[in-house]
Amino acid sequence: MPMYSDKVMEHFRNPRNVGEIDSPDGTGNVGNPVCGDQMTFYIKVDEDGIIRDVKYKTFGCGAAIAVSSMVSELALGKHIDEALKLTKKQVAEELGGLPPNKMHCSNLGTAALARAINDYKKKHGMPYEEIEDPEEEEHGH
Amino acid sequence: MDSIYLDHSATTPVDQRVVEKMLPYYSTHYGNASSIHSLGQKAKDDIEIARAHMAALINASPDEIIFTSGGTESDNLAIRGAFLKLSPNGKNHIITTKIEHHAILHTVEDLVKNYGATATYLDVDSDGLINLEQLKSAITDKTCIVSVMAANNELGTIQPMEEIGKICKEKGVWFHTDAVQAAGKMEFDVEKFSISMASFSAHKFYGPKGVGALYIKKGINIKPIYTGGGHEKGIRPGTYNTPGIVGMGEAARLAKENFDDSYKHTKELRDYLEKRISEEIKYVGFNGSRTNRLPQVASISFRYVEGESILMFLDMEGNIQASSGSACTAGDLHASHVLLAISLPHEICNSTLRFSFGKDNTKEQVDKVMEILPGIIERLRKMSPIAPKENE
Repeated sequence: MPMYSDKVMEHFRNPRNVGEIDSPDGTGNVGNPVCGDQMTFYIKVDEDGIIRDVKYKTFGCGAAIAVSSMVSELALGKHIDEALKLTKKQVAEELGGLPPNKMHCSNLGTAALARAINDYKKKHGMPYEEIEDPEEEEHGH
Repeated sequence: MDSIYLDHSATTPVDQRVVEKMLPYYSTHYGNASSIHSLGQKAKDDIEIARAHMAALINASPDEIIFTSGGTESDNLAIRGAFLKLSPNGKNHIITTKIEHHAILHTVEDLVKNYGATATYLDVDSDGLINLEQLKSAITDKTCIVSVMAANNELGTIQPMEEIGKICKEKGVWFHTDAVQAAGKMEFDVEKFSISMASFSAHKFYGPKGVGALYIKKGINIKPIYTGGGHEKGIRPGTYNTPGIVGMGEAARLAKENFDDSYKHTKELRDYLEKRISEEIKYVGFNGSRTNRLPQVASISFRYVEGESILMFLDMEGNIQASSGSACTAGDLHASHVLLAISLPHEICNSTLRFSFGKDNTKEQVDKVMEILPGIIERLRKMSPIAPKENE
């Protein structure tokens, strides 16, 4: 088994907030099963811009599942602009570190969340920055 | 919870009888087999007994066996040794397959990139079998060696060895085979298969790690890749790893003695696992040839879920050890080159596990696997964004 931290294992074993949201305010998808990981995030946002519900579905390794779970926890209750500031480094640190060849999973999580937020902004006519496909640059071999 | 080890294609536990045989060579029988005194001669004699056992397993004669440090070294010695010997005569072309172990693939790549070799990589069909016509037409007067693995490590697919050997013999080309996965698990006869060289590794058949063998047919001359003393006829210099070699010999003896029982036992368990999975889990695929394959390997794709996650749950919840792809590539994020070569779609490659059985596994262990595996797959599919909705 890869050298995962206790925190990663704990989130892998009991992932938080798994699932989908019916009529979400924003949906974001990154990756695809071809590259090995896919994450779809769903968010509910209130009128103050606070993320009130987060759900996700993930196809991927242990790290990908733990990252999705951690990102969902970190995003819940945050203002969308605060949530956009989440970095892959922060997520990895919150998980007690990730093996070097699994760092890209961390990037997938923040990117999927950011795309869900962008989707929300787009629907509300707010300006947003496109999120690049992370897997192209981040798949370290 | 006792471990349920289903990863025998990665490595096997050392048989206790092998350990017992090896132990004195770490203590009382420590002589250097090249020394002329009695301690040295004791080691020498026992190495020759081991050589005879290894030869008997594959129907070779003892003087056709060279001991090495393992499968990777044997592969390197065969391919590089043949290339060094024949390329000065203009024979710089190597033929191999797309599903070889990296010990072959990376060696050939190195020879192409840095030493002026050319290479042909034979395709395989969806069962993992090469096409004999493609092999025939690939052989030219520049071909120095054909290297085709006897049985594949991920699929268990067995190549048509006799036919390949016949073609190479007719064309006058050396035929090497990586038989690391084959030894002790399929009928393997160097004469019947017209083999020039074959690589073996002890730890795949209940022997120790760090010792292997290369069969080199009498009359075939390759160049050594190491220089040193005159051990192993100068083909593989270096002080004899006496405990390892003695262990490999004993493991080979036991593999021959127990062949029928072991074949039948592992095949029954493998078939039972495949049957139960096909009946109890949806969206599964079974890879590799249904007819020409090793008895103890199952390559199974569980669509919509990722292999590593399944492995982690099996290990955590059932102390069950299996493998995704091969152990050598488990740390690699690339999909397996073997599964891609049989035209399995990328996403299904990432959803594929290998279960490989051994002589000590039991039917109860398969039942334990099936107590938890369907639940694990269901749970992971529930959180998979690509699984059909009906799973929810």
